[in-house]
Amino acid sequence: MVTLRVNGQDYTYDGDPSVPLLWVLRDELGLTGTKFGCGIGLCGACTVHLDGAALRSCLLEVGQVGGKEVVTIEGLSPDGNHPVQVAWRETSAPQCGYCHAGQIMQASALLASTPKPTQEQILAAMDGNICRCGCYQRINEAINLASAGV
Amino acid sequence: MTHMFKSGIFNFAPIPPGSVANMSRRFVLKGFVAAGTLVVGTSFLPGKGRADWATGAALMPGGTKNNPHLFIAIDPSGEVTIIANREEMGTGIKTSLPMVVADEMEADWSRVHVQQATGDNEKWGNQDTDGSRSVRHWVQPMRQCGAAMRMMLEQAAATRWGVELSSVKAENHRVVNLATGEIAGYGELAAAASALPMPPVEALQLKNPRDFRYIGTGSIQIVDLYDITVGKAVYGIDAKMPGMKFAVIARPPVVGGKLVSYDATETLKVPGVEQVVVVPGATWPLKFRPLGGVAVIARNTGSAIKGREQLKIVWDDGPNASYDSVAFRSQMEASAGQPGLVVRDDGDAEGALKSAARVISATYYIPHLAHASMEPPTATAHVTNGTCVAYVPAQYPGGCHDDLAAVLGIPASNVTVNLTLLGGAFGRKCNWDFALEAALLSKATGVPIKVVWTREDDLQHDSYHTVSVERIDAGVDTNGRVVAWRHRSVAPSLWSTFDGSQVHEHPIELGMGFVDNPFDIPNLRCENPACAAHVRIGWFRSVSNIPHAFAIQSFVAELAAATGRDPRDMLLELIGPDRVLDPTKFRGVTNFWNYGDPVSTYPIETGRLRRVTEIVAEQIGWGRTLPKGHGLGIAAHRSFLSYIATAVEVAVDDKGNITIPRVDTAVDCGFYINPERIRSQVEGAAVQGTALAKNSEITFKNGRAQQSNFDGYLLARINEVPLNVNVHIVPADWNVPSSGLGEPPLPPFAPALCNAVFAATGKRIRSLPIGNQLAT
Repeated sequence: MVTLRVNGQDYTYDGDPSVPLLWVLRDELGLTGTKFGCGIGLCGACTVHLDGAALRSCLLEVGQVGGKEVVTIEGLSPDGNHPVQVAWRETSAPQCGYCHAGQIMQASALLASTPKPTQEQILAAMDGNICRCGCYQRINEAINLASAGV
Repeated sequence: MTHMFKSGIFNFAPIPPGSVANMSRRFVLKGFVAAGTLVVGTSFLPGKGRADWATGAALMPGGTKNNPHLFIAIDPSGEVTIIANREEMGTGIKTSLPMVVADEMEADWSRVHVQQATGDNEKWGNQDTDGSRSVRHWVQPMRQCGAAMRMMLEQAAATRWGVELSSVKAENHRVVNLATGEIAGYGELAAAASALPMPPVEALQLKNPRDFRYIGTGSIQIVDLYDITVGKAVYGIDAKMPGMKFAVIARPPVVGGKLVSYDATETLKVPGVEQVVVVPGATWPLKFRPLGGVAVIARNTGSAIKGREQLKIVWDDGPNASYDSVAFRSQMEASAGQPGLVVRDDGDAEGALKSAARVISATYYIPHLAHASMEPPTATAHVTNGTCVAYVPAQYPGGCHDDLAAVLGIPASNVTVNLTLLGGAFGRKCNWDFALEAALLSKATGVPIKVVWTREDDLQHDSYHTVSVERIDAGVDTNGRVVAWRHRSVAPSLWSTFDGSQVHEHPIELGMGFVDNPFDIPNLRCENPACAAHVRIGWFRSVSNIPHAFAIQSFVAELAAATGRDPRDMLLELIGPDRVLDPTKFRGVTNFWNYGDPVSTYPIETGRLRRVTEIVAEQIGWGRTLPKGHGLGIAAHRSFLSYIATAVEVAVDDKGNITIPRVDTAVDCGFYINPERIRSQVEGAAVQGTALAKNSEITFKNGRAQQSNFDGYLLARINEVPLNVNVHIVPADWNVPSSGLGEPPLPPFAPALCNAVFAATGKRIRSLPIGNQLAT
């Protein structure tokens, strides 16, 4: 039995502890905001926070999470108004929007550790998150906007 | 019922006006006249003396509909619900068309709710969200729909006050009595308005465009924006059904291959795995039927993937087992060196080539591409008691609906296709094979099944973008004028998906920037040597325009270089004087497609191509002094009836690394709805264009795709794409018919980039992707 703390709530999972956290979040807990993209840590669609650090939930076995606090896109902000979320809406960043939960989780972790990132720091932090629609211009704009305080 | 979602997150049960849903709260507009399919091409709007433009919309399955009783519901409190009948995959169409209705009916957008239609062409009109058709086929019916609703509300108010219709005016969610100043809200009038029939199309008064509140302003954001940012937007992969199980499928590694035998002993020992089920595969050509294979069904997708890793399977690789993309390229290049089927033959290109002062030739290669939408193919279905309920991110929901009925052997009326958001599609989700897989597995197991394709599945079993060799030979006279042009295009046809004997490009493919070449050259010949497909070929955003435009627009710059001309000037010279061209009149062209729309509405207007070319040249500062290692490139292309030009500034460093400091793209797509989403589509095309120009390629060996994930199949990341993309939209009023926008920005990008690379380095890229060709 695996116990998890996700977005401030406790969950138990009685299945295989070697299954990636991603699939437990999505298929067992119903937290489908976290998206599957590649399964091997190359695209960032499944990014969540683990004790505040951005991490690919497709690479982490659920049994390894232990007592650490998992935050998903659903729990990033109680009212959905994290500065990154607000900036995302200000810039109309998404096209299809599928990868954006991961993008937002990555960007919010960046700003938590580096509130005023340089352009180079933004690109370096975000280059693990693929957007196939090609919203990078707006993503960059949104992160700059969020870091400036919206 | 089997479909249920967490309350408050998403209500998939459609709320079709006229049905039983929420009857107590929602005032339903129910048709007093049959929901007429308007054949737009034959209608005429006398309201302001403006003629509609004719389109091919009526030829699409289901045609168009314009009846407000079908699309609009008004709550007694005044809340308005508008149905979006097309699918949202990132273009913004789910917002844009309801916005047109809202504007015409004078609804306050803040009180409008958009509801996604189910997949049902007969009910909602055609829903094939492809071909960059949504605006050009639907802006007229949606304006008519909104105008009809407005006039019905006005009629209801006039009747209430006992005054002439001319004494009342609908204005921002209410109707005003112009004589007395009395006001009635839309909610108050909904009951009476709903009892009225839709006015005849001939009587509809469209708004004067200067009174638009939303159309053309770019002020309306997509309706799912908030939900996307908080993780509540529901894509296909997010569908939930009670008791649902999760499946992944081991498919034949070579397309067209068959299962011989399998051993699931170890798989069934994997914790969480519940069943192993064979998925029957179709025979070649596959159409949109499943590839077949062995499905592992588990309590969650992660367990299913682990179980699949333990399967032992013997495959018969079938007829495509020797497909090798390197050898195939050689064959295609050999074909391009030989005469082929003549598909256009203006003047005497062969003779003019022989007598030309000089012949310049080049051959280009554009590889297979995978769509790689970030949401892979996925669907959820429950088949029980002779019915099927499915949740599908489908671009062709109507076809998916009918094919589900066919493979399940049940009446089409027993199939419900609920449409989710599409997490990207780019043509992949025109093919509904994944929905059939889910349904067949549900039928076999009796429980709801969600099928997810892993990224490896997606990249190795795609309906790929075709592979292409394009050879152009041009004859120039002693003055450097191009007097002859012979273009040979060699590529497997996407029609091979339906007809295994198809070895020539279909008229649809030939019409994508090949036989419709608008250049002012007296002797112009197009040939299409035969080429058979050995993989599934599908639609990929802008389709055959990618190779055709890459070759033609690269070759223009090559001609400029060879003759000592400026590439922009050469391009403008070839576009020539402003002319209106009818490609059906080009000698040798048969069954010209014109993107399914009439040439009478959408001829080739070379002046529009010239104009966008001039705009981007001016905007990027063509001819300015550039830093060392920088270069400018330009390309222009008509596709999906729109005219797009792109100019790119590139910087290439000493090691051959490319950066793209600036892009300017000019768009002439006729009357447009949402310039803000035009901008996002163009920005995205610059990113996809960067990916396909620089990085992306699917290769095959022994029939197997050699790339399996984003380490082998490279897309474009934020640190390599142009972040400075300037979009210039040519203003157009209602007299300029709407044309496509989702796809057209893509084709000119790669040639513009490679032309810029040539300007910067002197190195001509004739084979995509650029990869390490510039490395020093």
